[in-house]
Amino acid sequence: MSRQSFSGLSLIWRSLSNHRGWQPQWRKPEPKARYDAIIVGGGGHGLGAAYYLAKEHGLTNIAVLEKGWIGGGNTGRNTTIIRSNYLFNESAALYDHSVKLWENLSQALNYNVMFSPRGVMMLAHTVHDIQVFKRHVHANRCNGVDNEWLEPAEAKEFCPPLNIEGNIRYPVLGAALQRRGGTARHDAVAWGYARAADALGVDIIENCEVTGIRRDASGAVDALETTRGVIQSRKVGVSAAGHTSVIMALAGVHVPLESYPLQALVSEPVKPVFPCVVMSNTIHAYISQSDKGELVIGAGTDAYTSYTQRGALHINTHTLDAICELFPNFRRLRMLRNWGGIVDVTPDRSPIIAKTPVPGLYVNCGWGTGGFKATPGSAHVFAWTIARDEPHPINAPFTIERFRDGYLIDEAAAAAVAH
Amino acid sequence: MLLIVCPYCGKRPEIEFAYGGQAHLARPNQPSQLDDQAWAEFLYMRTNTKGIYAERWRHSRGCGRFFNALRDTTTDHFLAFYKTGEAQPTLLGSGAPPTPRESAT
Repeated sequence: MSRQSFSGLSLIWRSLSNHRGWQPQWRKPEPKARYDAIIVGGGGHGLGAAYYLAKEHGLTNIAVLEKGWIGGGNTGRNTTIIRSNYLFNESAALYDHSVKLWENLSQALNYNVMFSPRGVMMLAHTVHDIQVFKRHVHANRCNGVDNEWLEPAEAKEFCPPLNIEGNIRYPVLGAALQRRGGTARHDAVAWGYARAADALGVDIIENCEVTGIRRDASGAVDALETTRGVIQSRKVGVSAAGHTSVIMALAGVHVPLESYPLQALVSEPVKPVFPCVVMSNTIHAYISQSDKGELVIGAGTDAYTSYTQRGALHINTHTLDAICELFPNFRRLRMLRNWGGIVDVTPDRSPIIAKTPVPGLYVNCGWGTGGFKATPGSAHVFAWTIARDEPHPINAPFTIERFRDGYLIDEAAAAAVAH
Repeated sequence: MLLIVCPYCGKRPEIEFAYGGQAHLARPNQPSQLDDQAWAEFLYMRTNTKGIYAERWRHSRGCGRFFNALRDTTTDHFLAFYKTGEAQPTLLGSGAPPTPRESAT
């Protein structure tokens, strides 16, 4: 399929010609009877995996099956924070692989994903926070990941709206800053990967729910039963976020996941007031400002497992309490809307990107509350794993078997994030 | 916010409770007799059911006691509450409409 290439010149030309002549950015094909590989789940991770399979591994007969519409799950519901300041070597390698891909993603896809490395600052409020964050700073720098310690006045200089007075319940005692971190436009990530994958021949099939996984006599994957008919494929990669347990159960594979609602909310749009991303894990607030002007605020997970894509209001108000304390200027802002997504959480809060006991079935899951930042890196190594039937060195530690063998990557205990 | 019926104290808001995860998981009597796979299954594998799920709650800011509940994870409607040690209630027919009105807001 020939498609329009985007450039500054082409945008100006379309603008001057009254925006006529724009074409759909990807096809809406009917599913074929057989594919060389199928990705289940049309979020950023799944679309990206299809793109890298086509781009780097020479597979062109690929489909992405999406139950709803692409990017309508957690890709369109997250708070778009990108960072790689994770403690353990395995995590730092994986997340920094992703940050490096983010840096050139718009050029690679010829689609503006609006990656904005505006800096991610994580606030310390207790002596324990200071010790943990300084440990993170040193561990990150040993792994080649930028991270630096700021005193309160320096944090205030980096983020002027921040309240560093000593009279609040949890005063700011310092901060860890990753300058390469930032945000990107979440929808554009799904659309950019979809468009680029489609141009390489990938079929993106929406409104197509997988209802069964057929296996041959040897136990290997043979075909998928879907709401749009049976589709054959010997390689199936599952990238279904909160519904991964449901899909994997169709093949009799157990994965150590629990699905929780995670909520976020945005304020009414205002002029640029917030220059960076600020996270406070201790009092639980994540905030940045979108290019539309809304303050994008991340809340926590609800207490219980659920598939409802909604959560309780007290979770949001808890986060807003923290936001109002840290940024008194925002106390009179009104919140525009809130929503929930279903995140699949592993016991050690690290993902699983791996082969499964079923030949031909691969899984990329367990991203929990922080999968968006990993989209390009995750998709890249997942495509490698599917194409070569063996993990990329970066995702080799992220197996299902690590729970049996005791090789946890325990960001649950170490992570900078309150999960 | 969920309204949860503690079998001991009655209907209370969710913020009085702590979630206890999947119910009816018995710790193996002889952990040292298990192989690694079986131990990992006990420690880490949960059904993560999409549908009717038996789960534990603890009335941590009330009477402090654990109890169990049946909840539909596709709607967050509770179908039953019962004390620890009691058998999981059987619901009348599969897909029976939820009778209690304790639902998510």
